[in-house]
Amino acid sequence: MTTPPLTPRPRRLFTTDHRVLARNYLFLSLIAVITGTLLSLLMRLHRTWPGLAVPIHGIIRPEDYLALVTMHGTLMVFFVLTVVPQSAFPNLVLPAQMGTDRMAFPHLNAAAFWITAFSLMTLLAAFFVPEGAPISGWTGYPPLSALAAAGPGQATGMDLWLVSITLFCLAAVLSSINFLATIIARRCAGLTITRLPLTVWSWLVSSGLTVIAFSALFIAAVLLLADRHCGTSFFLPSGIVINGMPQALGSKAGGTGSPMLWLHLFWFFGHPEVYITILPGMGLASSILANFTRRPVPAYRMMVVATLLIGVLGLGVWGHHMFVSGMNPYAGTAFGLTTIAISVPSSAEILTWLVMLFRGRMLLSTPMLFILGFLSFFIAGGLTGPILAQPALDAYLHNTFFIVAHFHLVMAMAGVFSIFAGIYYWYPLLTGRRMNELLGKIHFWISLIAAYGTFFPMHLSGLAGEPRHYAQLNGPVESFTRLIPVERGITSSALLLAAAQLIFLFNVVWSTRRGTPAGPNPWRATTLEWSPDPHPTVTTGPYEYGSALAPNGDFRPQWEPEKPF
Amino acid sequence: MPATFTRHTVETERKDPGFGGKPPVDRRPTGGGGGDENWDSRHSRRHGPREQLIRYRMAVFSVLAADLVFFAVLVSAFFVRQSSVHIAPSDNVVSDWHPLSVPPILWINTAILLLSTFTMEMARRQLFHEIDIMEEWLGLGRPAVRRAAPWLIATIVLGCAFLGGQWIAWRQLAGQGFLFSTNPNTYFFYLVTGTHGAHLLLGIGALVVALVCMFRFRRVEMRQIAVDCAGWYWHAMGVFWLFLFVLIAFFQ
Repeated sequence: MTTPPLTPRPRRLFTTDHRVLARNYLFLSLIAVITGTLLSLLMRLHRTWPGLAVPIHGIIRPEDYLALVTMHGTLMVFFVLTVVPQSAFPNLVLPAQMGTDRMAFPHLNAAAFWITAFSLMTLLAAFFVPEGAPISGWTGYPPLSALAAAGPGQATGMDLWLVSITLFCLAAVLSSINFLATIIARRCAGLTITRLPLTVWSWLVSSGLTVIAFSALFIAAVLLLADRHCGTSFFLPSGIVINGMPQALGSKAGGTGSPMLWLHLFWFFGHPEVYITILPGMGLASSILANFTRRPVPAYRMMVVATLLIGVLGLGVWGHHMFVSGMNPYAGTAFGLTTIAISVPSSAEILTWLVMLFRGRMLLSTPMLFILGFLSFFIAGGLTGPILAQPALDAYLHNTFFIVAHFHLVMAMAGVFSIFAGIYYWYPLLTGRRMNELLGKIHFWISLIAAYGTFFPMHLSGLAGEPRHYAQLNGPVESFTRLIPVERGITSSALLLAAAQLIFLFNVVWSTRRGTPAGPNPWRATTLEWSPDPHPTVTTGPYEYGSALAPNGDFRPQWEPEKPF
Repeated sequence: MPATFTRHTVETERKDPGFGGKPPVDRRPTGGGGGDENWDSRHSRRHGPREQLIRYRMAVFSVLAADLVFFAVLVSAFFVRQSSVHIAPSDNVVSDWHPLSVPPILWINTAILLLSTFTMEMARRQLFHEIDIMEEWLGLGRPAVRRAAPWLIATIVLGCAFLGGQWIAWRQLAGQGFLFSTNPNTYFFYLVTGTHGAHLLLGIGALVVALVCMFRFRRVEMRQIAVDCAGWYWHAMGVFWLFLFVLIAFFQ
């Protein structure tokens, strides 16, 4: 529904208009991504120049470095890579792509936004409590995360982190329930499930995964809170010694809990979470590739089946995060096999995209460039996946920077590039204008080169054995000092990557007033979010580009009425 | 495209360039009703009462899927905790799991909850009884609501009785000295009964809301939806409790 564009000022603060909520979600993520990026730059600077004093804070101590790691990971994974593809984008286009003008449950949807916002505030509050932010990483492994005495930030900071995660789980499940009901019950006339755009299929699968995965994390966080405050020992083993002091645990029994239980529960959430963040990007890639090569998606049904398979198999691979955790080695083999299995549907999708690129004439607009970047990162990061899925290889690589390189390419950079593609592509829906193409292309090329410059060398330093949890590489033991030049290169590249995003921010702001007016269907797209009629009747599939039925031989929008026979 | 190759070109020319599916309308023998054979121009069916009911049911089922995972995680934590041991200084493998015999009143509570599931289903059926509902829809009175209300009130009373029974069970255990953090088994007992009780409290709230809605809502289908959703939630809580009860009673 391009006309009318979004009202610039919503009448009420607590609006239930999904497009205003989408904009609010984007603002929320902007706060999170700016904070998270600054934290990562501090980490990079500290690794390169350990003695450097940060203006307000002073010298970064090892515990500060761990707090930076924790907060960077939590902000980026939950509030950027989950919120934008799984909350902001569906709010922006999902009802429109289904030919309806409202969600199934608008109030539930709005409530989910406010819970998410409160969750972000709770998380950021952890910086300002005594002893600061938690240090147990975004995965929060016990016993480090279960005992207040375990380190600085593990008292109030950790409690705030847990409360924030619990609230986030609640909000994610609520908003996904709304999306599921919307997709199943609010399709417009004629929009059968085989005529849904692949983005909608992706949101169907990722919402289902959200309901399952975030519920598991919710109860895990509740159990951990009980361990911290109610004297239980779900995750606390006996015989914990901190700084030479044996810990008397709250439970009279002394505790025979299992930290492995937390690992299992967390990764049962954690791996589906990867697909929750990337599946919407994959759906968007199919749509944008079809649009900018002016070719239909060649194997629509196979793409749908692959998406569903990724969702189902994604629930059964969590153990590959735990090969070195002391899990039963036979379980490791089983999880290695399921991990190899899930690369089959992923590869099927990638090959389909490559076929589309091979067969079509590419129009290199900014959204298309970013989707090509997404493809590039998804392949480059994905290729190290089967390597890490071997328990024997993972035993060496797991705690090195190789893992950091892997997931920053396949999850972070691929996710972020698909987010950029989505913003450039759907920006006219928010403002009625297009973003500046030249600035967009400059933004793309600098980001692409700087992102590879940042994350590719990490493979090499990881192979050289650089551990991923050390705050700095210099010190009395000099085994890693020869890696410091590589670190310098990575840091300068990361600074360049962060600086390039200023171009994007400028472009977003500048284009709200000065961008070229977009018109009703700026990308000549076929899917319903560009339909001028809010209640269309659908007679065709979602990707009728270059179709013989198209009136001008180029494309046939889904909202166009059927030709009389 | 047909699945087999054919020489008839008429067959390969797709009239429907989508991927074959027909619009989701119910095809009754009359051809879709109203004599209008055009599937695509019928907006009204998309927002009819049946679709609205399905939409709300979908939401309730999604909530229940989330709850299912919630309790499944709790159950798996129960088994992991049960089987975990540590090595004592005397080199013995020690488990701190002490089996707990559950208070016998739980059997009565279980029976009460099963009975409430029955009364709930009776209440739900009343609201889908065709003749009564037609009468309500025509504005000739409220026979369905009148018949459902006693069953719904009975369900609320039984639900409160169940929660009261659970509270008595907690008091009995506490009286014997088994508090929340006494040993791993007791905190699972309190956690399982507590989280299920919290869910049931929400369910009683939903039932009260449904009761009020039944008398307040002007649209018949909204009355049906209120009772139907509360009913599905209530049934699921009954089934969950059955499994949880078997877990804490027999898998010690």
